[in-house]
Amino acid sequence: MSKFEYANAPESKAIANIATNYGLFIGGKFVEPKQGKSFNTINPASEELLAKVGYADKSDIDLAVKSARLAFNKVWSKLPAKERGKYLYRIARILQERAREFAVVETLDNGKPIRESRDTDIPLAAAHFFYHAGWADKLEYAGFGSKPKPLGVVGQIIPWNFPLLMLAWKIAPALATGNTVVLKPAETTPLTALLFAQVCQQAGLPDGVVNIITGDGVTGAALVNHPDINKIAFTGSTDVGKAIARSISATKKTATLELGGKAANLVFEDAAIDEAVEGIVNGIFFNQGHVCCAGSRLVVQESVADELLEKLKKRMSLIRVGDPMDKNTDLGAINSKEQLTKIREISNSGDAEGANRWSPEVKLPAKGYWYPPTIFTGVSQSHRIAREEIFGPVLSVLTFRTPGEAIEKANNTMYGLSAGVWSDKGAKILWAAKQLKAGVIWSNTFNKFDPASPFGGYKESGWGREGGRHGLAGYLSSEAKASK
Amino acid sequence: MMFDGSQASLRKFLSDLPPVDQVGADARAAMLATRSIKTSSKAWAIDMAISMVDLTTLEGADTPGKVKSLCAKAVRPDPTDLTVPSVGAICVYNDMVKTARAELDLIGGKSIPVAAVATAFPSGRASIEVKKLDTQNAVDAGANEIDMVIDRGAFLSGKLIQVFEEIQIIKHICGDKAHLKVILETGELVTYDNVRKASFLAMLAGADFIKTSTGKVAPAATAPVVLVMLEAVRDYFTMTGKKIGVKPAGGIRTTKDAIKQLVLVNETAGDQWLTPDLFRIGASALLNDLLMQRMKLRTGHYASANYVTID
Repeated sequence: MSKFEYANAPESKAIANIATNYGLFIGGKFVEPKQGKSFNTINPASEELLAKVGYADKSDIDLAVKSARLAFNKVWSKLPAKERGKYLYRIARILQERAREFAVVETLDNGKPIRESRDTDIPLAAAHFFYHAGWADKLEYAGFGSKPKPLGVVGQIIPWNFPLLMLAWKIAPALATGNTVVLKPAETTPLTALLFAQVCQQAGLPDGVVNIITGDGVTGAALVNHPDINKIAFTGSTDVGKAIARSISATKKTATLELGGKAANLVFEDAAIDEAVEGIVNGIFFNQGHVCCAGSRLVVQESVADELLEKLKKRMSLIRVGDPMDKNTDLGAINSKEQLTKIREISNSGDAEGANRWSPEVKLPAKGYWYPPTIFTGVSQSHRIAREEIFGPVLSVLTFRTPGEAIEKANNTMYGLSAGVWSDKGAKILWAAKQLKAGVIWSNTFNKFDPASPFGGYKESGWGREGGRHGLAGYLSSEAKASK
Repeated sequence: MMFDGSQASLRKFLSDLPPVDQVGADARAAMLATRSIKTSSKAWAIDMAISMVDLTTLEGADTPGKVKSLCAKAVRPDPTDLTVPSVGAICVYNDMVKTARAELDLIGGKSIPVAAVATAFPSGRASIEVKKLDTQNAVDAGANEIDMVIDRGAFLSGKLIQVFEEIQIIKHICGDKAHLKVILETGELVTYDNVRKASFLAMLAGADFIKTSTGKVAPAATAPVVLVMLEAVRDYFTMTGKKIGVKPAGGIRTTKDAIKQLVLVNETAGDQWLTPDLFRIGASALLNDLLMQRMKLRTGHYASANYVTID
């Protein structure tokens, strides 16, 4: 036991005004699902019920798409661009004003530490709305022709790892470019999206511009297959992304897909070692490793591997695992039982295939879903833990001898979402960045996000980019789409 | 260790240290500043911080009277509450050492060390003869700790061995009578790479403590600088098994600042460094803020500044 134990410093739940039941947000109002079905959303840190949420089926989706189409035809596409921008600014400001409430609800529903929802998720979500608000009336100058047009109604499906932030990544550019939206949040984390529906009401956003329907994979598939959707924007697993690509292949629908990753974090021997250790920790243990661009493969030069690993283990012993609502917690709960099972299954294959597992001593809470921060050393390229996305706090450590070998190992994956390069030599960083096949490359940092910076992947990590000027492209057409 | 005391091997040793990435070090320090220290841990931290204060007066207007009243404050920081620990040390100029030592011994502060700043503090611009005499005087007058300044001019012009040898000479004068604290004056070294190099240089030369600043130059003890120095003592311990202390000084004025320093120690060098033997905070105004926060925790409300003594 340390001399200096930090006493509990819990954020108050009182500010989160969670209702017992939520309907679907269609046409600017909360409505009951037609079949009257609902499902539970729980707090993964305690397994307590947070709320019952409406389960949308085909008929609800049809209603939501109709309402989005009506709003597109009658209101949103007719509004001067500057006015669209004003709504986005208003939403951004409301998100900032209600930031604490959103952070608390996000942490309760997702299991991520309050420090992260407070300092990362919510401020970045607001920043995305501010950024895209600025684009709304400047689209003619964005390089997509003199009269870029919206696509129409966009179906958006988002994951559970950054619920509000992924909503912002989807809704802000769609609205700025003049589209209307039917969005489905993830089954396990619908609450901040439903809270966001209230923000749309508070901002006076015209009815039907944003519709939020809740449900599971079946609901998502029904949204994808709805005939009056012009585009699908999806963030989630590569398997589902492939299924979406197949199901829209014979239609006029377009898609942007932001899928899995198995990022390499390359540490060269001339790197700033202490800061590299911080970057590795941030790369894989941020948000319990539930990050598509997580630095889940550490590829370190053999000459510094021992020193680095010793420091990494010491640093990992300081990671505070536990109650996500405690302001000092670094690693929170795994989002769901299903995800925990998946993390366990792939990690166990690491043991079976001969890698060496190490975790610091941590006391995991009895209730809820937890996984300790874990590293595997002695990993080779052929191990499952070096190839498959674990989406949990599990790091695979590989080594290299020469820069060329580092690049080969980094690129030897079906993914290509992100990569990290740690070196004190500018020329080496630029050389490595050129060779790496990844959509985002961080140098001497990791997991840094900005709305102005496009994000997306190579290979099976996805299609298209989100954020920045590039992200607008997925929501614009140089000719108006004929709407039904 | 690949170091034989020569200029070449010193330069090689220091340039082989891993670089510090400024952005990353700033980010780590900023993250640790978000730790929320409440209730029982705050009470513990306040008492720990009080026991680590090097209560300091380094002014041209210092008089025996001023130094004596500082001694009284050092022994019993809050005369209305005897559960408040004494401070870590008294820190004065060398002509005040005798007064401070005698006064402390007289009023029940025998165990409180007297630290003297030395080697032409704060600039360090004097001949080695003057610096030697300055130190010898302080030791002879009964100083238990010597806070020397390094020759920043020599360091910045690459004369590393000169800086190194000067520390060795002063260490030799201290002998087993006085602990040696080496002030790097990080505000003049500017880069974190320099801070790391100077930290190792001082430790190799025999420092018992490495100290950020004189308090006369801004910026002084910033969180990332203290972070880099704590990493240095941690790594030096791994290399040699020897624990060297760290003393931030200058700019730490509030309880919040002090607690942030303790969090840095706890999560960088580790809790073994959470003792006045290995961590000190050079300050003057800080002590009263710690006392007022302590009162607040005990009574539940803030008292006016008149409830703590000014010195």
